[in-house]
Amino acid sequence: MHIVDRRLNPGGKSLPNRQRFLRRVKDVAQRAVRESAREKDIKDLGKDGRISVPGDGVREPRFARQPGTGHQDYILPGNKTYVEGDRIERPPGGGGGGGAGEGGEGSENGEDAFHFVLTREEFLDLFLEDLELPDLAKRRLAVVETEGLRRAGYTVSGSPANLALSRTLRNSMSRRIALKRPKLEEVAALEAEIAAAEAAGDPRLPDLTSKLMELRERSKRIPYVDPIDLRFRRFEPYPKPIAQAVMFCLMDVSGSMTEHMKDLAKRFYILLHIFLTRRYKHVEIVFIRHTDKATEVDEETFFGSRETGGTLVSSALVEMKRIVAERYSPDDWNIYAAQASDGDNVSSDGPTSTELLRAHILPACQHFAYLEVGDENGPRAGFVEHRTTLWRTYEALAKAGEPLAMRKVNHRRDIYPVFRELFGRKDARAEA
Amino acid sequence: MVASLSRTKSTAPAPGELLFSGNDWDFETIRRIHDACEAVAGPELGLSWYPNQIEIITAEQMLDAYASIGMPLFYKHWSFGKHFAQQEASYRRGLMGLAYEIVINSDPCISYVMEENTATMQTLVIAHAAFGHNHFFKNNYLFRQWTDAEGILDYLDFAKGYIARCEERYGHQAVEHVLDAAHALMSQGVHRYPRKKRPDLASEQRREREREEHGEQIYNDLWRTLPAKAGGQKGDPALERRRALLELPQENILYFLEKVAPRLRPWQREILRIVRLVAQYFYPQRQTKVMNEGCATYCHYRIMNALSQKGQLSEAAYLEFLTSHTNVIRQPNFDDRSFGGHNPYALGFAMMQDIARIVEQPSQEDREWFPDIAGTGDAMAVLRDCWENYRDESFIAQFLSPKLMRDMRLFHVVDDPDEPEMRVEAIHDERGYRKMRRSFARQYDVAWLDPDIEVVDVDLEGDRRLILHHKALNRITLQREDARRVLQHLADLWGYDAVLKEVDPASGAVLVEHTASARPIFF
Repeated sequence: MHIVDRRLNPGGKSLPNRQRFLRRVKDVAQRAVRESAREKDIKDLGKDGRISVPGDGVREPRFARQPGTGHQDYILPGNKTYVEGDRIERPPGGGGGGGAGEGGEGSENGEDAFHFVLTREEFLDLFLEDLELPDLAKRRLAVVETEGLRRAGYTVSGSPANLALSRTLRNSMSRRIALKRPKLEEVAALEAEIAAAEAAGDPRLPDLTSKLMELRERSKRIPYVDPIDLRFRRFEPYPKPIAQAVMFCLMDVSGSMTEHMKDLAKRFYILLHIFLTRRYKHVEIVFIRHTDKATEVDEETFFGSRETGGTLVSSALVEMKRIVAERYSPDDWNIYAAQASDGDNVSSDGPTSTELLRAHILPACQHFAYLEVGDENGPRAGFVEHRTTLWRTYEALAKAGEPLAMRKVNHRRDIYPVFRELFGRKDARAEA
Repeated sequence: MVASLSRTKSTAPAPGELLFSGNDWDFETIRRIHDACEAVAGPELGLSWYPNQIEIITAEQMLDAYASIGMPLFYKHWSFGKHFAQQEASYRRGLMGLAYEIVINSDPCISYVMEENTATMQTLVIAHAAFGHNHFFKNNYLFRQWTDAEGILDYLDFAKGYIARCEERYGHQAVEHVLDAAHALMSQGVHRYPRKKRPDLASEQRREREREEHGEQIYNDLWRTLPAKAGGQKGDPALERRRALLELPQENILYFLEKVAPRLRPWQREILRIVRLVAQYFYPQRQTKVMNEGCATYCHYRIMNALSQKGQLSEAAYLEFLTSHTNVIRQPNFDDRSFGGHNPYALGFAMMQDIARIVEQPSQEDREWFPDIAGTGDAMAVLRDCWENYRDESFIAQFLSPKLMRDMRLFHVVDDPDEPEMRVEAIHDERGYRKMRRSFARQYDVAWLDPDIEVVDVDLEGDRRLILHHKALNRITLQREDARRVLQHLADLWGYDAVLKEVDPASGAVLVEHTASARPIFF
């Protein structure tokens, strides 16, 4: 009898099966995931990844008889009052008393939709699939070099912990064969022969004894493992690039920004953050809010508190420029910026902003997205769509060929489509 | 060597000494439990078994095992991932409890036991699986005839590797198509009877010579003068020859496709073969559900009682055992909300108990019904004989006693669609016993439950259309949608059109006809 403890075996044995399954349902699963993203709060994205896919694509058909048709026999336990010849009304829903002996035959049939739970990873994979970081060409893989270790062959010196046993013994064996070190069995056989010769008083005894001495001498001179045999596993350091990114969130918090607009902006930022954290190991966020002057704040204040004052967009851009210069050198960091605003700006600020963006901000950024948030009701019907000051400013920039993405969002259901548009694999930034 | 050394070290404790106390266990406890069970199973019950290998696993690993139909290693396919997701979801929501154990028909016999089990449950599980099921696997004729316990794990290892290599060479998609199609036909992929061995040339010639000699010996010129029978022309010889060459009619569709399908490539045939052999390996288990569980349940019941009598189980442990034992053999009545058919554990255990009673204390009725075994005295000998030589259908047909039918209060209901109401055909009385037992046994006849589908012909001279017949028993036809899909898979494998005719065996009329044309996905 053997007892084997399997509990420590690596888990996830059925992972390949799961991947095959997900691949099979990918299209429908993706649709279901995006569907669910529309309804769910973006904060909870992927937390509860329960989705259901139509049972059609994952159906496993078998030849089976149509249940509840034709002549059926049931043998049932627990008779109380029936006698032979009694008539019983058919129970509603067909199939008398739960088909005895054919327990699960018909259950496949009712498989309309198939529910299962995705892990957060799988959810986000499907959620963000075919999104791509923009400006790949321009992207310098900003690196912070750290050292990793990797295997690199064998060496003749090293620490005992790195001793490569099989390699060492292989060397030892070839050396022993080459130098003809006597084998243990040979010595043992000779010893046995001597013992037999001694007992029989064989005249060959002195010969044998000297031969044995010679063998022993030889094995002493040729050691089993010689220092020359030793091999150690060699490791060499190599530079490991760590891509890191910083995300600038710029937002107008002046009085004209309603809670609804802030909520839209927040959703956009969260999506961007999820996306970036999946592409980069290390992502930092900088929050800059501005009225007519800008400050760097923490997340709480950024979304929470309210300020009054005018609106001066360039102040935020100046602040961002300062922080970039101080902490995030564009050589080392991938810089992403997203600006949210209701579009108000002091008209005299336009040229300043344009200049700042063109000269300093855009060259440093991998991507700059401007999100104009509007009223829930959207542009009122009957009016020509109103173009805000800031929109016009940025539009001029974008038309001049600057890498600037801009979108307008009125309702929270538009956030995700807009996000997909901005980061879709095909360059979707062409026109606003 | 090592095993036997450690065994001598931990001999089964003397009678009267508890095997364990409390719920906790360690490997030493498991070994003690196993040895104590062995001491009962061998001398007292006379069981014989494959060497045991007991493996401790976690709940996640149990779910893994569920997903790959209980086998420790298996090839990869999306459907197993689907089942895993399904079961995991219902397990996490608390809808489903996990089995305490899974046992595999292999040599050595592997029993997976859950780490959550208490010491008592481990005892129960070891007695149940490592001795009960193990004995059944080793001795029952179906398993001996159809499964190769020694080679199964090696074969599955080969299958897994082979399919993985195919995926690498020909792509996931291509392999998935073949597996999907093969899985759809899996239950039509078993041989129900041993195939006829092809005679070799020498014996063929000898037979031919003997036949001629016999013909010469009985030659009588008178026969020549008899007028030929009208319409005595035996069928078309070309057709006969084709059917003989293709071994038609053939009910093992996967086998037929593997050997005959004209356009499959060698690796596709090999995959069909793998699926077919796996189906064949599991076929005996489907036919012996009641007996297998009955045997295991009866064994654990006897072993646990013996241990308790020897004073090796505490009162608390014995009560815990009784609780789970009664849960296992619970049979709700037909009007109970939890009724879902017959519980094989309950039926099997009741029948085993009943046989033991007939052997040891028969009533007059038993002596009339079971003259061969009533009162012979050695219950275990009779039971071992049953476990060896019967399957569910024959076992019930032979051994379901009138007393048990009365105890279970069985009755037989017939649902005929032509009548307005269902009819009680028989109940547990003198007039009903035999009728009911016959129908009951039939419900456990797998060949009766599975639709009877055969390849009957191939239009070799025309468009190579494959012709199948379904003998629609009681005029019950197949589920249309599923039948259409499976037939599509079949046509894909065959490479040309396929037609499935559902035939009423009584009148020969065709009830439904399905057709499918091959899609160009394999070639």
